Amino acid sequence: MMGVINLVFNAILNGTPLMFGTMGESLTEKSGNLNLGVEGMMYMGGAFGLAGAFYYEKLTGGGSGILAVLIAIACSFLAGAIGALIYSFITITLRANQNVTGLALAIFGTGIGQFVGEYMRNVEGGYVAVSNELKNFFQASPFPRFLQDIPVVGKLIFGHNVFVYLGVILAVLMAFYINRTRYGLNLRATGESPATADAAGINVIKYKYLATVIGGGISAIGGMVYIMTIAGCVWNHEGLSGEGWLAVALVIFCLWRPLNTIWGSALFGALIIMYLRVHLPIPSEIYKILPYVVTVAVLVFTSLRKKKENQPPESLGLSYFREDR
Amino acid sequence: MQENCAVEMRNITKNFGPVAANSNVSLSIRRGEILSLLGENGSGKTTLMNMLAGIYYPDSGQIFVNGEEVRITSPKDAFDCGIGMIHQHFKLVSVLSAAENVVLGLDGPAVLDIKEVGRRIKEICERYSFSVSPEKKVYDMSVSEKQTLEIVKVLYRGADILILDEPTAVLTPQETEKLFDVLRAMKADGKAIVIITHKLHEVMELADRVAVLRRGEFAGEMMVRDTNPQEMTNMMVGRPISLNIERPDPVDPAERLVIKGLTVVDSEGITKLDNVTFTAMGGEILGIAGIAGSGQKELLEAVAGLQPVKSGSILYTPEDAPPSELVGKTPKQISNLGVSLAFVPEDRLGMGLVGGMGMTGNMLLRSWRRDKGVFIHAKEPSELAQRIKEELEVMTPSVRYPVRRLSGGNVQKVLVGREIASSPSVLMTAYAVRGLDINTSYTIYNLLTSQKMKGVAVIFVGEDLDVLLELCDRILVLYDGKVSGIVDARTADKEQIGLMMTRLSGKGGNADA
Repeated sequence: MMGVINLVFNAILNGTPLMFGTMGESLTEKSGNLNLGVEGMMYMGGAFGLAGAFYYEKLTGGGSGILAVLIAIACSFLAGAIGALIYSFITITLRANQNVTGLALAIFGTGIGQFVGEYMRNVEGGYVAVSNELKNFFQASPFPRFLQDIPVVGKLIFGHNVFVYLGVILAVLMAFYINRTRYGLNLRATGESPATADAAGINVIKYKYLATVIGGGISAIGGMVYIMTIAGCVWNHEGLSGEGWLAVALVIFCLWRPLNTIWGSALFGALIIMYLRVHLPIPSEIYKILPYVVTVAVLVFTSLRKKKENQPPESLGLSYFREDR
Repeated sequence: MQENCAVEMRNITKNFGPVAANSNVSLSIRRGEILSLLGENGSGKTTLMNMLAGIYYPDSGQIFVNGEEVRITSPKDAFDCGIGMIHQHFKLVSVLSAAENVVLGLDGPAVLDIKEVGRRIKEICERYSFSVSPEKKVYDMSVSEKQTLEIVKVLYRGADILILDEPTAVLTPQETEKLFDVLRAMKADGKAIVIITHKLHEVMELADRVAVLRRGEFAGEMMVRDTNPQEMTNMMVGRPISLNIERPDPVDPAERLVIKGLTVVDSEGITKLDNVTFTAMGGEILGIAGIAGSGQKELLEAVAGLQPVKSGSILYTPEDAPPSELVGKTPKQISNLGVSLAFVPEDRLGMGLVGGMGMTGNMLLRSWRRDKGVFIHAKEPSELAQRIKEELEVMTPSVRYPVRRLSGGNVQKVLVGREIASSPSVLMTAYAVRGLDINTSYTIYNLLTSQKMKGVAVIFVGEDLDVLLELCDRILVLYDGKVSGIVDARTADKEQIGLMMTRLSGKGGNADA
């Protein structure tokens, strides 16, 4: 029993960075932009988020934990948003190929992230980490002890770090925005058929820019969450180990629906840590490809069913120019 | 008269690169009147109206709405002026419901009340007596339903100036009649209506006034009651032109294709062709009529070997050889036997031509297999391309110019010209004149007729019943994959075929269960 609870708990923990990465990319793709640079944006988010928290603590010599969390969120969001803004300018305004631009952003962001992280490490004497008190704010549950001590459900419901709850709230808000509001409807129309949206008087360029930039920011928060929770608030050489690419796959797995990312990310989190928890006589590399195998299986399955609602936004990956003939 | 004026366009000019789409066009649109905008392909009708709808912005010229000068820089500006356009290719999002499509892009409370939208849609529908169900997804709708939805969409936005771009191109005669009734009701309601078309009989039937564009310039306007199709055609083309399709009687027709019990089931298990039986004669044009998606495409593809056949037989008898069975042969074997398919899909370039290649390259696609060795021999295709260019008057700077950049009519000439050049004994064309203007259409009709006189069995899938009735010798009507009947084109009439297109007549097909 304990084993199962632990597995689920750790699956959620490991899935949270993916949840943010996936939600951001879902928002972006809803506008018809396929931004493959998630890995890069998450890298930037990780490096800048850590830098924000670290220097805030260094400057104030302690400081408020809640403020540190907010600063880390803001720094990572901005870093990702700037990366996505570059992508938006190149693909929306200059109408360059989205795949190529996205891949370039992935490489660019990874480079910037590594540079900032390593530079900080050199300057700060080989080790960048926040204090243990501050770490607690990033990694411990925000709920009081007695709630977490409820048998079985206590740990599973109240035991997670603050980002799990923020992620769930964001997913609910995003689902409401996309499905119930006028602006969400306009965004969906932009991603499905920009020409239709344009003819209906929707500012296609504005929607594409906003969705991509905000989506990039949300994805980058995922990178920060990875560094501050799973990687232990420390900059290391390994960085994000491909979380961003998993997020791109998870978007497809979750069928572009924010609510699906809640359980989808937990499932992928479980697949990521499976090799530590469930021992089968197979090489761990096989375990590590499981998330991708599942994605491929889902892709095959959804395209077989041919349900229109489960397909990607129709104009995903295409640039739009009103006077195109 | 001046008070009636809803829109006034003065000296509008629009260029696309070096090409002048409109030069110095002036036009007025009046309330309570249906104006028909007439012109050949590429004469700039759609471009002109797109400038009212905010899709394009004029390079120079003025637009007045209700007497005031306006700048229409986006579709939103157009709505604010009360202008709504129904585009030829519907601007609808297929995964969204009717109500969601209607409310798209409108201002209002952030949280959508989709029920309220549905209620208002019902109101509009009752007013002009048509029906749209607000919850229905667009991908479940028929073409005619989609068009109705487009009209509701612009009415919902309070448009009182409606522009329809070739609205009848995809409708059956019955649906067209219904649309015309709606338009007449709107006209009586004091709305200004513009309909872009190149079907003259529709102009005669529906419009009050007709304005003609020729090569981007204003060629003239007149009241419909004072004119006739011949005068309008002459104005469109710029010179007198004959409006009759020549239809010589078939010379000793011989059985060329005998199709028995042909059944085709697609990969999703849907029966596309059900027990189709007919005979195509050499020296005859067999027309195929039917609502879009009734199995026309599958029928031609099955004959060409592109579609797996579930059961039935296709017996092919060349002029000077024993009959052979086509079912089970590969497309290449079938085409070597002299069965040729010129299929013109909606996007024209989808099947048969490679857009990025020139005419020569596209001719090569047919001839390279005959070449020996690793190298291609471009001389012969290049000569063929040159010949087609001259004989069919293809407007292209050079035979190496990418066909994608040619206008639709020219692309179709290249496609049909190449198929004819392979001197087939069965020539199948689908939508060969889709979207083409009168002049080019007649060139294609004459080409098909001359093939027929050479003893070729021509199968012509068409949309325009008037043309089918004038061009073909016999017409086969498909309904839902079944043969609804085969009629003699010389004696049949449009209403009869229209009815057969929407239900089984019992003659020649299975009884309607």
